[in-house]
This record gives sequence, structure tokens and C-alpha cells, in this order.
Amino acid sequence: MTDSVAIRPSDVKASAAPLAANKAVAGPRVNGRVIVMTLYLLFLMLPIYWLVNMSLKTNTEITSGLTLWPQNITFDNYITIFTDRSWYSGYINSLTYVLINTVLSISFALPAAYAFSRYRFLGDKHLFFWLLTNRMAPPAVFALPFFNLYSAIGLFDTPWAVALAHCLFNVPLAVWILEGFMSGVPREIDETAAIDGYSFPRFFVKIFMPLIASGVGVAAFFCFMFSWVELLLARTLTSVAAKPISATMTRTVSASGMDWGLLAAAGVLTIIPGALVIWFVRNYIAKGFALGRV
Amino acid sequence: MTKTLNNKAWLLVLPVFLIVAFSAVLPLMTVVNYSVQDTFGNNQFFWNGVGWFQELLDPSTDLGGRFFDSLWRTLLFSAIILLIEVPLGIAVALAMPREGWTVALSLVLMALPLLIPWNVVGTIWQVFARGDIGLLGWVVNHLGIDYNYTGDPLDAWITIVVMDVWHWTSLVALLCYAGLKSIPDAYYQAARIDGASRWAVFRTIQLPKMRRVLLIAVLLRFMDSFMIYTEPFVLTGGGPGNATTFLSIDLVKLALGQFDLGKAAAMSLVYNLIILAICWVFYTIMTHGDARKEGVEA
Repeated sequence: MTDSVAIRPSDVKASAAPLAANKAVAGPRVNGRVIVMTLYLLFLMLPIYWLVNMSLKTNTEITSGLTLWPQNITFDNYITIFTDRSWYSGYINSLTYVLINTVLSISFALPAAYAFSRYRFLGDKHLFFWLLTNRMAPPAVFALPFFNLYSAIGLFDTPWAVALAHCLFNVPLAVWILEGFMSGVPREIDETAAIDGYSFPRFFVKIFMPLIASGVGVAAFFCFMFSWVELLLARTLTSVAAKPISATMTRTVSASGMDWGLLAAAGVLTIIPGALVIWFVRNYIAKGFALGRV
Repeated sequence: MTKTLNNKAWLLVLPVFLIVAFSAVLPLMTVVNYSVQDTFGNNQFFWNGVGWFQELLDPSTDLGGRFFDSLWRTLLFSAIILLIEVPLGIAVALAMPREGWTVALSLVLMALPLLIPWNVVGTIWQVFARGDIGLLGWVVNHLGIDYNYTGDPLDAWITIVVMDVWHWTSLVALLCYAGLKSIPDAYYQAARIDGASRWAVFRTIQLPKMRRVLLIAVLLRFMDSFMIYTEPFVLTGGGPGNATTFLSIDLVKLALGQFDLGKAAAMSLVYNLIILAICWVFYTIMTHGDARKEGVEA
């Protein structure tokens, strides 16, 4: 977690007597800080509140005038989504490729991350950099060639096409995150286990995996998330059978004469997977986005 | 402690190498292939050499003009985004509560926009900013300001920028917060004993400690805003006119909309080279920091 930027002794005398807590410096600013924080969180929550608010209204109420909360709460929009196949199959399709992708990414990335964190080998730095370039590659560049590639091998419009395509950025992401966590585990543990007679696979599963369990969780969460939020590739590689929820949403907007309530409800439902796990990863969000480098 | 040299480690890396090569190298070869050919449909291809690249990099041609327009638009967008999100992110990180239950609450609420699917982010703002049914658009219009993001280019830009600030400022803030948390209390106590002002504490303790995470944040935000596609695509579709057609949107229009394979492929390669160059800067900074950290620990 720490970085190494040195504080020059002339700037701060770090050896000074430790007395009161950090609060003392921040103390007089508390009010200003609370105001900034409250305003910022309000700004973040307002659009989400509006989406939830709209999802609980009928279309007539939405279009007839602005109301800050639903006058007649209706769950019709949600009921439509859960009963209409063209809607709920979108969620199932999305979840299918996201889960396939997460499992693939993590299982491919685990051994590789171990290799990067423990050994030097021919071309290791170049390979590590090359992985990063793929995490950063613009999906727009890959949309067309992927379309051709997956059509050619007969995977077009299957969850596998999207799951494999998302490996482009998720495998590198998982390798980088896991490498960050694994490098935090002292190498002496590997050596001790070897001396104790553990074979490598047994050591990896029995001893090493529990030590980096939180890292695996964080990597899996970020693979899940980046696959879940991606639209361009998912939309390009599917047409009917494996159409993801994001594509269902965009089509309905243009086709059915703006069913705002339904659109809002579909949006709220896509936020839920993230909102459910957010509590468990709250301390790792920065680490995950920074590829395990914070 | 140095890593041991062991070329058998390649066996552990091989699966990743193969799957990423399959998803990255193979498609890129197709792109290179297209970029030097011309097609008139029917799967008939003709050798065109560097023709597309010459056209693309010459702003006086149609293609080149279009490419440079989108490129400058994208760079301008990235610049605006960084100018707003970085200072705001630092301010929010400094305003974060330090202890108690409010820490967890703030973290959760701040992280929420980051986890929303990008097309839904577009949808949320599409609805929120509408003059008739959206809270923001309605309020702004009723304040007497003529605001319509589907008709006025400036309004469209403002909406997209505000949307991106809403979506991604928390990332900068969370990264800075992680940097701030690593500052030992003793530093603050020392500063207090020295009678340092709030500004001096920020300049000499907090900013240096945040330097590396801030660099990561700036680079991540630059890369992601440079590749932005989904949110503006949903919100404005690149319009009004071409006002918000960023590079990614333009590329997809060219490739999947008009099926201009050669032009799109040439544009893809140039786009990718730009990204590659920035990526290298990013990598150097990331690994430079790692190396120094190991040096200190050893």
C-alpha cells in the first residue's frame, strides 16, 4: 500500500514527539470537509435516485409532469422484465458470458501471475508490458476483426464469443492484479513448503491460494465488472440468441417509442450486481482499478 | 531478494500467452491485412499499399480531415476531463472522513458509479438531462437557461463532461485516498509542532505521498477518456451533427456502419499506435515505482 516517495527531513521533522492524533491538523477544517463530501455524494446519488424514481412510475406519470417521487408506486416495469422472455433472457445471456469469462480469466491468470511474481525468464518484462497494452487496447479497434474471427470459427452469437473476446482485456487485468497480491507474499513461504516436501501443485492449492484469497476475490470481481459493463464488443458479437441486456436496452429505446419506465427499471437491475458486492470490495476498489499497483 | 532465473516459468505463462495472442494478435493481423488493401465488396481485395495511411494522415483529404477532427475532439475531451477530475478528486480525497462508520459509507457510495454498466451510465444521463422528464434538464430550463443536449453542441459537450465527471471522479478520489492513508500520523504531528499551515501540509506531505497514485490516476483517466465510446454513444450518438463524435465512435461508424474496411483498418492501426505509446509511459511509471519500492525494502 505504501509508496516510497521520501519526505525530506528539512520539510518535516518526522522524529518529533508524537502527541495528539492526526485530527488536530484536520480539526478546524471538519466543517468544510463535511460540506464538500456531502455535496459530492449528493451529486453522485441524484441521477441514480432519478433512475430508481422513474422505474417505479407509469409512463403516463413520467411524461405528464415532473414528480419528485412516484405518486402511485407501480412495480409493473419490473414485472414486465421478469416475465417477458425478450427482457430477462438478456440478463441471463449477460450473466452467462460474464461468468464464463471470469472463470476463464482467473484460471488462466493464476499460474501466469505466479510466474511473473516469482521468476525471471526470457522476455518476462516484454510479456508483462504486452499484456498491459491489451488491457488498454480500444475495443473499437477490435470490434470488426473479432466479428470476422468469431463468424469464421462459428462462435458468433454465442456466449463463448463474448467471453473469449473479453479475455482480451480481462486476462491481462487479472494477471496484473494477482501479480500485485502475490508479490506481497514473502518468497520464504514457497521455499519452506518445498523443504517440507510439498509438491508444487499441492503447495499452490493448499498453502498459497488461501494466502492470496482476497487477491483472487478482487481479481474475480474486477473481471466480472469489466465484462459486465462492456457494451461494444458484446453488442457486435451477438445478434439474437446471445443478445446481452445492454443491447436489449439500446434497441428498445429506439424501437418501442420510448418506454421510459421500463428502460429505467432495466437500468436499475443492471446496477444491482455491482451494488451487491460493493461492500466486500470497498477497500480494494482503488487497488483493482490501478491493476494491483497501489 | 531477487527473483530466480527459471525459464520453465514459461510453462506457467503459456496458457495466458496463447489466449491473449488468440484475442489480440490474430485480429490485429486481420487489421494490418485490411489496411493495405481496397475492396469493392464480393470479397474482392486489391493491393493498395500505404495509400490509406497517406490519405489518413493528410488533413486535406476527406478521410484525413475526418480523422484529425475526431482526434482533436478526443484530445480536447481528455484534457477537459483531466483538468476537472484531478483537482476535484484530490479535493474529495482530502475531504474523506478519516474514521468511524462514515468512511465505509462514503467508500460504498463513491464506488457505486464506477460499477454501473457504461451504457446504463449513458441512459441515466440521457434521462436525467432531458428538459421534459429529467430532473437536471427541467431545473436548468426552469432557471431560464436554454438547455438542450440533443440540439446544441455546447450543451451536448457539457452534458458529456458532467457525465464523465460523475462517472469517474471517484476513481481519482479513491486512488488519492489510498495514497493519503499511507501517511503516518507522525508526519502530521511533526507538521503541527513546526506550525505548518494547511497549505504547507498539503504541499510538503500529502502531495508528495500522493504523487505515484496521482500519476496512475491521470494515466488511467487519460487512456479511458481517450477510448470513450459507450457513454457518448448512448447519450448523443455522436451528435448533434458530428459535435461529439470521438475517435472510437468515428472508427466504429467507419468499420461497422459503412464497412469501409481499408480506411477503418488504417485508422485502427494509427489509433492503436497512439495508445501503445501512452501505454509505454504508463508501464515505465508503474514498474519504476515497483523497483524503487523493492529497493527500499531490501
